[in-house]
Amino acid sequence: MTAAASRSAALKVEGLTRRFSGLTAVDNVSFEVPPGAIHALIGPNGAGKTTTFNMIAGALKPTAGEVLLDGRSLVGMRPDQICRAGVGRTFQVVRPFGQISVAENVAVGALSWTDDLAEARRHALAMLELLGLADKRNALPGSITLPDRKRLEVARALATKPKLLLLDEVMAGLRPTETDRMVATFRRLNEETGVTIVLIEHVMRAVMALSHHVVVLNYGKVIAQGTPAEVTRNPDVLACYLGVEELS
Amino acid sequence: MIRRLTDGLPRRALALLLLFAVVMALAPFFVSDYVLSVLIISLYFAFVGQAWNLMLGFAGQLSLGHALFVGIGAYTSAALFTHFGIDPWVGVVAAVALSTLMGCIIGYLGFRFSIRGVYFALLTIAFAEFTGIMVDNSAWLGGSAGLFLPVKNAGSIDLLNLRGPPTLFYYLILILTGGALVLCRFLLNSKLGLYWQAIRDDQEAAEAAGVPLFRYKMIAVAISSALTGVAGVWYAFYYNNLFPESTFATGRSVELILGAVVGGVGTLFGPILGALILTPLGELLTALTSGLQIDGIKTFFWGFCVVAIVLFRPSGVWPWLAGLLKLDGRAR
Repeated sequence: MTAAASRSAALKVEGLTRRFSGLTAVDNVSFEVPPGAIHALIGPNGAGKTTTFNMIAGALKPTAGEVLLDGRSLVGMRPDQICRAGVGRTFQVVRPFGQISVAENVAVGALSWTDDLAEARRHALAMLELLGLADKRNALPGSITLPDRKRLEVARALATKPKLLLLDEVMAGLRPTETDRMVATFRRLNEETGVTIVLIEHVMRAVMALSHHVVVLNYGKVIAQGTPAEVTRNPDVLACYLGVEELS
Repeated sequence: MIRRLTDGLPRRALALLLLFAVVMALAPFFVSDYVLSVLIISLYFAFVGQAWNLMLGFAGQLSLGHALFVGIGAYTSAALFTHFGIDPWVGVVAAVALSTLMGCIIGYLGFRFSIRGVYFALLTIAFAEFTGIMVDNSAWLGGSAGLFLPVKNAGSIDLLNLRGPPTLFYYLILILTGGALVLCRFLLNSKLGLYWQAIRDDQEAAEAAGVPLFRYKMIAVAISSALTGVAGVWYAFYYNNLFPESTFATGRSVELILGAVVGGVGTLFGPILGALILTPLGELLTALTSGLQIDGIKTFFWGFCVVAIVLFRPSGVWPWLAGLLKLDGRAR
């Protein structure tokens, strides 16, 4: 890595905009994530968080704006190319491969960097162990619980060896103890591998515990950003989103 | 290589498969000419069903026009043979090249422009239909009057020109069916197979996990159309006559895949089992009702079978039978 690249952001989003026939779902959104940081993207339902993720991951083409991974533009690339470039993502509504085993689901992710199926399977098992799913490896995704499917979603994304991990509400529906375990996993992962993480999350317990920096979206626009503490004191944020919630 | 093929298969399954292979290999010595002809056509449907299943069952792409690839393979090799005396062993190369090319054209149009599901199936039907019309209007290919291969006295075996008794064609299609089974097992347990299954189960999720959709779908169509083209060559030299209407019709495409549907889409042994159940039953019914002059009884019966399968064994007969035989539920 050159000196210039190491100084630049791992992910830089500039003026990102997406219009759906009249509705501007994401409106001129800009933020930067330094290498190794954990950022949270929060906001009320319909604020444009998942649309932003879809544009970063290539599932949606931006109407305008730029997405840079380590200084390299991702706009116009296909989702699989963006995956290989180092972006792993999970889906808000879990999307496992239903007719192949949990281990094979994860091995598909590992095949993005290796052609050796045996190596992919070994790596998949390591990912499953990391997320506490190893004992479910031979099960079909339909036969495991929703929290486990959420973990599977994370394991598959992680198996692609991402530099940037996009997590879309992976803690929704988890019990507080499960949330804490997941938070601990991500924190350890972030410390050990230096993976940059951007997460969309409604579970404030997780946002507060995990993120170094929070970006708040409302009606497609960034209305505030800063440390979790700063954001939660911001009157605009409180008004639009957190106003009624008591934060611990 | 052998270990990779048998890895994960229970011993029982291997033993049963071996027994099945031996029975099939010895069958011509024990059965009548009529039963042999039914077995031959069953194996033909098993082979094409396997090739078709590779596309839908493994990679999730529905083709309802596989008669097209049979037809291209058949007409190419038959025309080369009748017009230029080119033997089928050379003809098969041209036949496979052309049917694969056609598969790739359809695949390109479908996958490049994201035509999915039933709309992709319609595209395959359209290509089969218009190719049939083109052949119908080609004097060089015999037009609607048909293309006929010269038949020598049936007693002697001419392996080079594939002229000979039904037993020759039985062993040929048996080898092809066995080969396709081994090939599919090998492909399914490779990166290719895992990527196909990922695409089949969730295309967007597969793409997000790094699967290049277009390339892997194209490979599926290419292999499937190539194998089906080989079946076409066999078909031409076994029947010795080709008519565009019966070769390319959508009804023929449906007939080709019924065995695989009944046996179990996405399973390895389903297409073989399904063809070995459906074809003999259809023939039996035709024989039993031959005095009654009921038109279309076979088609009606096959339709009935499909409805019954969809209602009672939606994943096919094979997964259920594999369970009964205590083979691993996922042994396919």
